[in-house]
Amino acid sequence: MTAKSYDAIVIGAGHNGLTNAAFLAKAGLRTLVLEKNDYTGGATVSRELHEGWKYSNCSYVCSLFRPEIYNALDLGRHGLKVIPLTASMTFKQNGDYFGSYHDAHVRRRELMRHNLRDADAAVRFDADVMRWCRLIRGFLLRTPPDPGALRPRDAFEFAHLLKKFYELSENQLYEFIRFFTMSIAEYLENYFEDETILAHYSGGSIIGTGLGVYSPGTAYVLLHHAMGDVDGNIGAWGFARGGMGAVSGAIAGAFLAHGGEIRNDAEVAQILVSGNRATGVRLTSGEELMAKVVVSNLDARRTFTKIMDENDVPPSLLERARNFKIRGSSGKLNIALDGMPSFPALPEDSPLTLGHMHFTDTLERLERAYDDWKDDRWSADPYTDTLIPSQYDPTLAPPGKHMMSVFVQYCPVEPEGGWTDEKRDQFGQVVIDQIADYSPDFRELILHAEIRTPRELEDEVGLTEGNIFQGELTFDQLLFNRPFPGYAQYRGPVKGMYMCGSSTHPGGGVMGAPGTNAAREILRDLRRPDTTPEAFSDD
Amino acid sequence: MTERYDAIVIGAGHNGLVCAGYLARAGMRVVLCEASTAVGGMAAGRRFGDGERYGVPGLAHLHCPVGKTLCNDLKLDDFGYSVGEPIDTIALAPDAAPLVLGVDSVKGDALNDADIAAYPQFRRRYAGFAAALAPLFETKPPRLKNLATGDLSTLTKLGWKIRFGLGRDIMYEFLRVAAINIHDVLNEAFDDERLKAAIALDAVLGSAMGPRTPGTVLTWLQRLHGERHGAIAMSNGTLVAALAQSAEAAGVTIRPGCPVERVLIDDDRATGVMLAGGETLEAGIVVSGIDPRATFLQLVGAPQLDTMFANRVRQIRGAGVVGKLHLGLEGLPEFSGVDASQLRQRLLIAPTMRHVERAFNCSKYGECAEHPVFEITVPSLADPSLAPEGRHVMSVNVAYLPFDVKGGWQENKAAIVRHILAELATYAPGIESQVSDHEFLSPADIEREYGAVQGHWHHGELSIHQSFMLRPLYGAAQYDTPVEQLYLCSAGCHPGGGVTGLAGRNAAKRILESGAAS
Repeated sequence: MTAKSYDAIVIGAGHNGLTNAAFLAKAGLRTLVLEKNDYTGGATVSRELHEGWKYSNCSYVCSLFRPEIYNALDLGRHGLKVIPLTASMTFKQNGDYFGSYHDAHVRRRELMRHNLRDADAAVRFDADVMRWCRLIRGFLLRTPPDPGALRPRDAFEFAHLLKKFYELSENQLYEFIRFFTMSIAEYLENYFEDETILAHYSGGSIIGTGLGVYSPGTAYVLLHHAMGDVDGNIGAWGFARGGMGAVSGAIAGAFLAHGGEIRNDAEVAQILVSGNRATGVRLTSGEELMAKVVVSNLDARRTFTKIMDENDVPPSLLERARNFKIRGSSGKLNIALDGMPSFPALPEDSPLTLGHMHFTDTLERLERAYDDWKDDRWSADPYTDTLIPSQYDPTLAPPGKHMMSVFVQYCPVEPEGGWTDEKRDQFGQVVIDQIADYSPDFRELILHAEIRTPRELEDEVGLTEGNIFQGELTFDQLLFNRPFPGYAQYRGPVKGMYMCGSSTHPGGGVMGAPGTNAAREILRDLRRPDTTPEAFSDD
Repeated sequence: MTERYDAIVIGAGHNGLVCAGYLARAGMRVVLCEASTAVGGMAAGRRFGDGERYGVPGLAHLHCPVGKTLCNDLKLDDFGYSVGEPIDTIALAPDAAPLVLGVDSVKGDALNDADIAAYPQFRRRYAGFAAALAPLFETKPPRLKNLATGDLSTLTKLGWKIRFGLGRDIMYEFLRVAAINIHDVLNEAFDDERLKAAIALDAVLGSAMGPRTPGTVLTWLQRLHGERHGAIAMSNGTLVAALAQSAEAAGVTIRPGCPVERVLIDDDRATGVMLAGGETLEAGIVVSGIDPRATFLQLVGAPQLDTMFANRVRQIRGAGVVGKLHLGLEGLPEFSGVDASQLRQRLLIAPTMRHVERAFNCSKYGECAEHPVFEITVPSLADPSLAPEGRHVMSVNVAYLPFDVKGGWQENKAAIVRHILAELATYAPGIESQVSDHEFLSPADIEREYGAVQGHWHHGELSIHQSFMLRPLYGAAQYDTPVEQLYLCSAGCHPGGGVTGLAGRNAAKRILESGAAS
């Protein structure tokens, strides 16, 4: 039997795998994507788990996705439409609320309602964050230089970084270091006083992390909120119409249009290596497929410990992969609602229900939620990012009905004694109770609720330990350390083997950048024309 | 009447003494003003109890030898500086025998061979990292732009040491761990909980950080850097005495009991100080050896500073979380599983990293740790003069206790001390009945008695965003300040705390190089 042969095989049809494959196919490579599930998209999916409702049951907002990729793959033509998401809010325990509006004047008035000085500080804050945002955006679609290599290319990249940073003033340089090493709570305390405002702007920095609002290294995560573009609107968040499946669907569409091939229900058992070179893959069915290039969209732990033969991986790398920090910390509830829940704290017809809703109004509550996770418990009083996207997007639920997405921080990888279905439901109940405290009719509107803990995320999507970023975004696993020092340039330990998942720089979020950067490196090695886009210059 | 000096140094903590000594040896006429009646600050010995019959070596009850350069420059050996015997660390655990940790070995029951083998390697590796950072610790922090004299050389040396001193693979490891937490690193390296917790405690004690707080590898490296001239020993008071005598021999006028009220400023330039009694002293330069926050906000005053600068000073973090308990005992204390000779070592009560983390958790919310962590010494074993005959004195660091405890220290101190003693008694049964006298210094007491703002040992948290060229804050990180001729030399500056004298020495060098002296 002669095995089928391809130019490139991408393992895993997550959004980065598809992005990577699309750029390879665009360069004329005969490319195959293998996906173990019967659906495509990995954690970027819309799934009908309750009849008539579509859940973006993993990732749920679209903001970080790089517009350069959107353009280069012509995703608009393949059906991706992003609806800007324009508000966010935090309910207070005393019955009041804090809202953050898209309209600058309304936002300022709301800030003033809470604290006059904070309203002034917000101007300074926005300008400062935007400065870092503009600086960092330029680095996302670049391969990080390797500090251990002494090649001209790395030296050139370091020089490029240095030059960019030297455009800052001396004090701005120091501020930049502070921004990257401070905790979000302390960083915000440099600007704001009001407890609710502090909590509101802190919350986003702990999403998906095993860190608390007072942990150094959380401040820069603000950029994840400020860095997104929707139609050229920096800092905007958006929903993909049709749910997150529309994102992976459009990328898959582009890939297929470039002549690519996707095989579902095709789980890879092992990457085949011969003579220190990847030659193909063997599926769990025993079928072997050959390719010049094998790209893994799986997380780094899984890639090196599950689908590679121990003998093909240098022992030091194997040790790194085993020690790779990939603890999950989040849970998710997807809820089908019989109608729109009411929130009595808000004025009638408030636009705030259209955006992110939070129920944690002090830094202490946020930090205590983290303390629970450190002790391997789910937060008794969790931080949630709650959205009702069906208000914008009628395709998600039947007329008059609604779909609610609740992202929950924190949820342990494994509570004491391990997960059971009962414990999972208890976890879900804590979240439902919290929301019901602010919405009296919420409980009775629930028609169906899907509750996901790190266990479900690992079993179903294949994210090890349920980490949504395919590896924690701490300093030891960022930039040239991601996933491992010496392996940050998307190349694996054997020739022809690459990594393209969120385990690689610049990390998690539905951004598409790791997949794109990996494609650039692959095409470079194959001496093919580069089909990947250059980073947008600063505006 | 006004007396005129070349330099006024405020605060005779060990860094102030070092700085004054260096300046005087360079030919300057120096006066050193100290608020309390004795010199040495937190390194000074103190007495307590009925008739002050007990003594302890000071808030800093342990000591690592200071560097050779400092010793030679200030001729400390001539003035009686000596370092006691190196001591081990005895890590206690509730249901297991204690571990004995030395510089390059660890032993104890139920310790697996892998851990025993890994310990010296781990220590060596991290000591190597600390050595790679030495060029940075031992000079003024370089500026990152508009490089000043020497900055390029510091950066080059640092880069070279990291890249070529460590070698490629170890450099990778260094870059990986430098900014993360000690908890994850220790979990990678060891199995034994007692061992991990003992090392983690060294990384976090004195800081408002837990083992899981990112940046605690760096605090541990700072500690290891402090140990590079020799292992820890009991403090014996000879350093402070030698520094004071050396300074005086070089011509420094030391004025104890002489609190400075204000730094006199004329046209953005420091011209002298006003003392509490109203007396003024004039000088070409003023050097503050006290907490930078107190320096700027109390001695200088916000009106003299740029608004944003003053604002940033207020944002400096550094609230102490360690209390100090001194116990006068009627006999030798008995700890379960610890023999009498081990009482001469340093005892730790921090059985697991989770225990330490939980103790830290409480302090974040103004609560005292339910189960605190302890660092215990019995100084009277090394120096019998500290206690009446047949009696002993115990010096204990207790963490985590917040500076601003809910309900206030005044109201809750007695109950908290009772709780601490009861916790201690679970490891040293019956100790409560041995106590004849005691003294407890909460972080609030430490602020009042030593002037350390919010009772923080290091005059500011040793977090990454307050280290190196960001310590105590940019704009004042090279020991000079926005106020001309006003300098800083305390632990609040680079390279931070520990009784190393480096901040004082670096500051003095900076002052002398800048030509401010002339």
